[in-house]
Parts: sequence; C-alpha cells; structure tokens
Amino acid sequence: MAKAHVTTTINGDEYEFLCEPQQSLVDVLRNELRLSGTKEGCSTGDCGACSVMMDGRLVCSCLVLAVEAEGKEVETIEGMGTADDLHPLQKRFLEINGLQCGICTPGILVAAKALLEENDNPTESEIRYWLAGNLCRCTGYDKVIRSVQAAAEDMRKG
Amino acid sequence: MDQVRYEAPNSLDAAVGLLSGSDGMAKIFAGGTDVMVQIHSDLIEPDLIVNVKNIPELTGITHSNGSFTVGAATPVVEMQEHKEFCKTWPGVIEGAELIGSVQVKGRSTIVGNLCNASPAADSVPPCIAAGATVRIVGPNGERQAAVEDIVLGPRKTSLEKGEIIVSTTFPARPPHSGDCYLRLTPRTEMDIAIVGAGVNLTLDDAGTCIAARVSLGAVAPRFLLVKECADALIGSKVDDEALAAMAKAASAAADPISDKRGTKEYRIKTAAVMARRAAEKALERAREN
Ligand code: FES
Ligand code: FES
Repeated sequence: MAKAHVTTTINGDEYEFLCEPQQSLVDVLRNELRLSGTKEGCSTGDCGACSVMMDGRLVCSCLVLAVEAEGKEVETIEGMGTADDLHPLQKRFLEINGLQCGICTPGILVAAKALLEENDNPTESEIRYWLAGNLCRCTGYDKVIRSVQAAAEDMRKG
Repeated sequence: MDQVRYEAPNSLDAAVGLLSGSDGMAKIFAGGTDVMVQIHSDLIEPDLIVNVKNIPELTGITHSNGSFTVGAATPVVEMQEHKEFCKTWPGVIEGAELIGSVQVKGRSTIVGNLCNASPAADSVPPCIAAGATVRIVGPNGERQAAVEDIVLGPRKTSLEKGEIIVSTTFPARPPHSGDCYLRLTPRTEMDIAIVGAGVNLTLDDAGTCIAARVSLGAVAPRFLLVKECADALIGSKVDDEALAAMAKAASAAADPISDKRGTKEYRIKTAAVMARRAAEKALERAREN
C-alpha cells in the first residue's frame, strides 16, 4: 500500500507528512519531521519519554499511529518554551536539578504541564501518581517532584 | 512487515465489512495500547488495521433510565471524567484506573482491556461483578453477551471473525447498592495483578443482602464469577460469618499458576483476603445510598 498522507497541527503549525500505516507518531516526529525533543525509550508505553499532547490529552506517542494525527492538534516539548523564554517548569527543573541525563525530561515536562493545567496545587503524592508513567533512571524522582512543586507555586503567583 | 492497510471507517457496517472481508490478520484498533506494543514487538503482523474511533456508536457515554452505555472506543479518562458514572460505579472506575499510567488511560479502553484477554486485566472483574453486558455486531448480525462470556482463556475470546464489540452496558442500580475492585500487586503502581477481586452487592432496607456478584481475576486462566461467594453473602447481613464464608469460597474457587509475581499458594490465600476487603468496601458504599 502506498504511504499515507497526513495533515496535522503540531505546536500550532500545520505539518504534512507521508508515513507507513504502522509507523508510530514518535517515529514520525523524530525521524521524518526532525522534532527530536520527544524521546523514545521503550516503544511500549512504559517509560513516558515520548509523552505528547494530542487534542488536549496526554498520550504516549509511541502508542499512537502517525496516521491518527490526521486533523489533530499535537503539542510536543518544542512548543513549550524557547531558549530565551523558558516555561516555569523548565526554569525550575534547571535550577533544582530536576534532570541529569535529560532523556526522561521532555516527557516529564509535557506530563507535568498537563497536570498543572488540571490542578494548580498538586500534593507530592498527586504528582507522584500522575508521573507514575514517566520513568527516570537518574534523579531518583525527588528533585523532579520538587521542581514541579516549585513551578506550580511560580505559576500560581503568575 | 509489508503492505499493511489502514482504514478508519465512519460506520459500523463499513468496519464489519472490512474485518470480515480481510483474508489475512485484521486488527481492531481503538486505544492501541496493546496493539501497538504487539506490532512493535513483532508479536503480530497485521495485514489490516481498522481504527474504530470514528464510528459514532463506539464513542462516548450515554445514560438512560439509570443504565450507562460506554462506547467501546471511549478512553478510560473519559469514564473518569464522567461524574455520574463514577458515583454510580466506583468499583468499575477503580478497575479501569489501574489499566495504566495517565498517558495510557488517555487512550486505553475497558473493551480493549477485555479483548486483550489477559486473565489479570484489572477492569474486567468489576465489570463482571457489575453484571455488565456487551453489544456485539458482526457479519451475521447483532448479539448481546455477558462480559464473563467473552474471555475463554489467555489471549482467547469468544468473538467470531468480523465481530466488533460496540459498547458495554451497565444495568440500572437499585438503592443500597455498592461495588468495589481491589487488587494485589508487588508494586503500588504500574504493575500486573497477582489477585484482583470485584464485588457488587445490593441490600434491602433492613440491610440484608439481596443480590451479590463476586468476580476474581488473575487466579485462573479465565475470569471467575464465583457463585459460591455470592451465595455466602445473599440472605445475610454481610456480617463476619458471611464474609468469612465468602472469603473461603474465593480461595476454593481460585485455580492459579505460580509465576514471578506470586506463587500458586500465595494467590489462593490472598484471593480470600482481597475478596473480603472488596466486599467490606462494597458494603460500606451500599449503606451510603
Ligand atoms: S517510548 Fe513511549 S512510553 Fe516509552
Ligand atoms: S534524567 Fe536521566 S532518565 Fe531522568
């Protein structure tokens, strides 16, 4: 079968791409569109490194077919902040060392942002449960949690 | 893998036509949280992938005359957001919430959890306890089935070629009803059950149990609907004696294997513990409404 032609919106911009029907969204983001901020750890929905938003829902982009992005709104880490204008979460992760190697970080930032949109003052345990699908082999999670809490406070203060 | 065909039909008829007309392996694709993993791990090489999320009958939750119908492609997160459903069926939500991470629940469905046919699926025992039924449409028309009749064994279902589960219906709830699902896992989150127990019961005005269904997961090749457990509760005040008899019946019904998560003996023993705790919680909820 010929490649599928997909038109989608990513971080507010329209994108068109061709893909194989069984190709995952993370594969297309990284390898066709060169949006390599989103990481691929396990490809089986276990690590959360590939977390993106699709039509306002937090999903693992390794479990989404790229063809499903047709007509959808996708948000990735590239849409979160710029080098000169970091998102409060990004600022706090840098300051508090909420990351070490950084592989899990884009996914954690996207997931944490989704949490703070739902709940602007999450408890430690709410953060831990929300981020249970985001694995980190480096930090031991403590600084991740503290970074999210600090950013939440910044955002509440506006 | 070569020549995979992807279709996203807008009607049930079109989907059934595609599935029954395909010669090779056809896969229904809703949440995709199992199918994507199987494709990635080369466990399956489908010739046809049918995305069913554009079919109206398969999406959303409807509520009429006290019963709820959940479209088969409705992600768990939409069930969690449905206040009335959560209030009526807290045990079903408890099971569905255990399907995976927030990311996974944004996509996964209870029907997918059922059709994946793992005997440890967390959302299935509470649906069986609830007395839920599924509507199935296929090349030979339409039929209804009880949830407990779908999974025949690990990776085996009673669905025929070309059949699709359209929705799950939860019956109207009499007053003084409560349900609960509890499971035991080595980790607190993101793990697979060693034992899962779903209990659903109804009391009369005097507090006597007049209906009960108890379902166990992960302790046999199939999900169990244990009549002996229900019999131990029905007619009682769900007192200590009835609960002990129910727990004993749960252990007696369990026929598990040993694996890295737990031994056979441990599963048999804890089946009683989980069933009892779930019944106590269901009772507490039944008394509140
Ligand atoms: S790469 Fe998607 S969850 Fe690990
Ligand atoms: S910082 Fe290395 S995996 Fe999280």
